[in-house]
Amino acid sequence: MIGLTHYLILAAILFVIGVAGVLMRRNIIIILLSIELMLNAVNINLVAFSHYLKNTAGQVFVFFVMTVAAAEAALGLAIVVALFRNLETINVDEINQMKG
Amino acid sequence: MGLHEIMFYYFAVVAVVTALLAISRPNPVHSVLFLVPCFFHVAGLFVLLGAEFLAAIQILVPAGALMVLYLFVVFLFNLSEVRSRTITHRQASLAGIVAVVLVFMLVVLSVRGLFPGPFAELVQVLPPDNTMAVGGSLYTTFLFPFELASLILLVVMFGAIVLAKREERE
Repeated sequence: MIGLTHYLILAAILFVIGVAGVLMRRNIIIILLSIELMLNAVNINLVAFSHYLKNTAGQVFVFFVMTVAAAEAALGLAIVVALFRNLETINVDEINQMKG
Repeated sequence: MGLHEIMFYYFAVVAVVTALLAISRPNPVHSVLFLVPCFFHVAGLFVLLGAEFLAAIQILVPAGALMVLYLFVVFLFNLSEVRSRTITHRQASLAGIVAVVLVFMLVVLSVRGLFPGPFAELVQVLPPDNTMAVGGSLYTTFLFPFELASLILLVVMFGAIVLAKREERE
């Protein structure tokens, strides 16, 4: 029988895939995509706990997480566009102008 | 093995495999396109958990609108043409070790965590009024955060336009 633990393990695996993407890739677009993946893993956890506790508050929280994810994607992509115009690169290890 | 188990393992395996493919492809266009089925299968998991309204939103917003936004930026600025020798950061090996340790810790915590009580089988007891329940909660208990979310989206809209606007050169 599928229990809460199955959903928690699945969300943990998806979250760590997102963490690995953020830490290992150089391309800033894929780093933003990995952040989306991490937010989705958190959403799975929230919906699973909402079902487990028989409470719709968890599902409302998923709405707010999705709002923040949309806001983060829009602002992040705007910053990527501005960076690419100025520096002609989207690799995070080449963006080191503020090293001091 | 019942229908619930089969559907859960199908959605879970496809979501994990497409997520792994998404973060490992060199071309960002392929990554975005692999993330779309990943989000679709997460929406399927939401249906299994009885949150069918959220499943519809999951398909519309993250899998639909956000991925189209990413694709537009990648295409319009020709970012997939930016070739580089390596796709991984130089801290990648250390980061891989950290990721493996983290997934091990999270799985151990999930398995050994004490969650008393049964986890209801959802396929049989789907609540018929999920949308009504979520909407009622959203417009009563969470009315202020809901209005705040609309304000955040408005500010973000202006912010994105200001950031991405081409500066006039005279």
